[in-house]
Amino acid sequence: MPSPPLKTGKQPSAPVAAAEPGPIELTINGETYRHSGAPDMPLLWYLRDVLRLTGSKFGCGVGQCGACTVHVDGKAQRSCLLPVSALAGQSITTIEGLASGEDLHAVQQAWVEEDVPQCGYCQAGQIMAAVDLLKRKAQPSDSDIAQLTNLCRCGTYPRIRKAVKRAAQLIAAARTAEAKP
Amino acid sequence: MSGLSRRQFIRVMLSASGALVVGVGPASAAFTPTVPMELLGEALTSLGAFVRIERNNRIVIGARGCEIGQGVITSLPMLVAEELDADWTRVRVEQLPYGYEIGPDGPTNRYGPQGAGGSTSITDGWKDLRQAGAVARWLLIEAAAQHWQLPHERISTEASHVVHPDGTRMPYAELVERAAAILPPAEPVPVKTPDQFRVIGKPARTVDARAIVTGQAQFGIDAYLGGALVAVMLRCPHLDGSVESVDDSDARKVAGVREVFALDGPVPGSSFDGNLAAGVVVLADNTWAALKGRNALKVTWKPGPWAEESTAKLEAQAAEAFKGEGVNVRTDGDMAAARKAAKRVLEARYQVPFLAHATMEPPAALIKIEPDRALFIGSLQNPSGASSVIANLTGLAREKIEIRMTRAGGGFGRRLENDYVAEAVMIAKKAGKPVKLLWTRDDDLRHDFYRPFGVHQMSATLDRKNQLTGFAHLCAATSLNYRIARKKERPPGQGCLEADDFPAGLLPNLDKRFFSLESGMPRGPWRAPLHTFHAFAVQSFIDEIAVETKQDAVALRLALLGEARELDYSGHGGPKFDTGRLAAVLSRCAEAIDWKRKRSDGRGVGIACHFTFGGYAAHAFEVSVDGRDLRIHRAICVADVGRVVNPLGVEAMMMGGTIDGISTALNLAITVKDGQVQQSSFGDYALGRMAQMPNEVEVIILPSELEPSGAGEMGIPSVAPALANAIYAATTVRVRKLPILPELNRLL
Ligand code: FES
Ligand code: FES
Repeated sequence: MPSPPLKTGKQPSAPVAAAEPGPIELTINGETYRHSGAPDMPLLWYLRDVLRLTGSKFGCGVGQCGACTVHVDGKAQRSCLLPVSALAGQSITTIEGLASGEDLHAVQQAWVEEDVPQCGYCQAGQIMAAVDLLKRKAQPSDSDIAQLTNLCRCGTYPRIRKAVKRAAQLIAAARTAEAKP
Repeated sequence: MSGLSRRQFIRVMLSASGALVVGVGPASAAFTPTVPMELLGEALTSLGAFVRIERNNRIVIGARGCEIGQGVITSLPMLVAEELDADWTRVRVEQLPYGYEIGPDGPTNRYGPQGAGGSTSITDGWKDLRQAGAVARWLLIEAAAQHWQLPHERISTEASHVVHPDGTRMPYAELVERAAAILPPAEPVPVKTPDQFRVIGKPARTVDARAIVTGQAQFGIDAYLGGALVAVMLRCPHLDGSVESVDDSDARKVAGVREVFALDGPVPGSSFDGNLAAGVVVLADNTWAALKGRNALKVTWKPGPWAEESTAKLEAQAAEAFKGEGVNVRTDGDMAAARKAAKRVLEARYQVPFLAHATMEPPAALIKIEPDRALFIGSLQNPSGASSVIANLTGLAREKIEIRMTRAGGGFGRRLENDYVAEAVMIAKKAGKPVKLLWTRDDDLRHDFYRPFGVHQMSATLDRKNQLTGFAHLCAATSLNYRIARKKERPPGQGCLEADDFPAGLLPNLDKRFFSLESGMPRGPWRAPLHTFHAFAVQSFIDEIAVETKQDAVALRLALLGEARELDYSGHGGPKFDTGRLAAVLSRCAEAIDWKRKRSDGRGVGIACHFTFGGYAAHAFEVSVDGRDLRIHRAICVADVGRVVNPLGVEAMMMGGTIDGISTALNLAITVKDGQVQQSSFGDYALGRMAQMPNEVEVIILPSELEPSGAGEMGIPSVAPALANAIYAATTVRVRKLPILPELNRLL
């Protein structure tokens, strides 16, 4: 069972798989949790089934769609492929932990402003992938953006493109504002 | 489903929290709402009606539709807000549950039509939801009239306030109690005229966008229930096959696995009113344990009656079928005579594959069955069907089944079928526990109601002057109407070949016939059913005729469409088809892509247009083929969907339809071999990714004063032919078989 207090997610009511050797300590959105269930459980299912952090989505379970994208030590990773045992000591951020309180992350803000979502199912993963891209490329070109490989069945790609560019501007503007006291 | 029927009236009530609640429903239920008063206004409970005006003047509007990505969670409440004159910027929208109830005249739905299919949500809501909003406003004005002792007509409204002739404004909230005591008018109240619109026609962003981008939006798959076991199933890969033997000893050893049992599939040949396939169910404490348990199963299968079926054999079957007579779909004039008299006869054969829906959120369902009631939470497109399925399998009365609706991670027709709901109920009954059923991607791709497979044999007769005198469209396909659940069997051609589709009625001689192919593949509606299926053949062939007769492909279509007039159209989206509206989207599209300009650098432009479900659309693409690399330089979509309620929403649907159309046309096919579906992942059913897509889709919505039609489906049928036509223009290679890329590679 996760260690209290739980600040995010709902208290799990389903039992976790029977205890196996030693609990694994995980840092997720700044909170520490101890997982004593199956060590090979992919992070995606730990987030969803155990912590009830359901923002990360299941789309394929084999790394092909990106709906489950989270950040591990700041880098985008597909959580369906990551056994929790490999994550001890690393810092995990999910879509639920991206905003600071009421303030949306610039990428989330851009997503709202460009009205990106259709069904919305892929969008948490798209946003997490875009945040990672913008960390690597502050002003991404069209071909940089085309490196995003997350699937969207609803066809929101052109708006994702616009939103990534808008987010880049928002981030740049915030930096400039910070630089000027 | 009609809008506000004779028996449905506006219901008004004052909730315990002092909010005015207005909805539609049977008249006599007006003061005996089935939702307990105490619950109204509470979070996580049913919103009793469409409108709730709270004490702080915040207006809550209930969204009745199934949100599958088509934007009804925004556009339908906009209709209510418009007539209520609510301040849209302060409106909160809440998803309504499924509203089945027993009214004084029998079963009814307290919210009106809720399903999502056939692009009808907006057309329905245009009638009854506007009326619901208008009545709420009427009551508030009446309350103000009493308060200010003025005639009703002298009071106006604006942004959630009533306005006194002297300009004094009073928030709606202050009139709520008085309004609730007023008897709603017996007759429908007048709705606004378009010049009075403040919400309709203005771009509105998705109301719950913030919840989506923060991961808080609830999809069916996100529902959990204490005590529910996670169920996954290993389904028989053979069409109509069955379980021969199961060795579950290893599966049961997996920590967390609670139960393993076999589940029968439908009797071969019987209608699909339950689950879709036989298999072995694993129930566990969590998803991972269930999946590991499933991996550890050792099952031998018995292939069913379709063990020989393959795509190659279906192709051969089609070729053979055309030698027969087929079923007449529409005959005008005398095509045989036209053939005899013709100077030239052009022929071409096109092929379209089975397609899977591959909704991004795979099927999932949460069900808890108790002796006298049941609770279901899941992503739905057809809640009424889900309710019947649960009732049939549990024996519970439908009003005892609570269905909570969530956002759905895509629909595209997949969720019109409720096989996954049935499967969850069957598993929960057998397990005697609440169950959360999850389908994995391979389950989803291998067990679907596929868009039919078919071959189109087209011919055109030309006279001496190269004038088109006749058109024949013979379609050999695995009929859409196969083992349909609880419905009368429909004519076999229906669902594959539309009798009155272009160019029917525009030529003296027409011959449309259908030839049914034998197949064990389950089939069902797939976004713009039948239209994506046959528009490729029709709109490609028209292009071929233009090339062969050295005519301009746009001019040829416009000449065929002729004078703007209405033709009879018996299919869904009728009863009329307006040739002028189709000509207008086509012309605008040609203009936008600069059709007449000669391209160099190996670029080519292709165009196509189509009428679907009351809406008109045209697509044009500019492409080049470099080696084996197809590049889409420009993509244009022009649509006329009548009056637009939410321009942002319609634009998104058209853009999404175009991208979906490209992704599908380029890459996607489901094939069969040895009676088994061959695709099982996004590796072999490769949805398009960003890099393959045009950077932009230029969407142009033609202004219209006509009644709105939905926009979910007309954005896709003309995509594949416009792409194939563009490829021809760039390369002189004619792609007559979908998907395009493998075929283009074969031909190059
Ligand atoms: S669910 Fe992880 S990549 Fe698809
Ligand atoms: S918004 Fe539906 S899958 Fe991307």
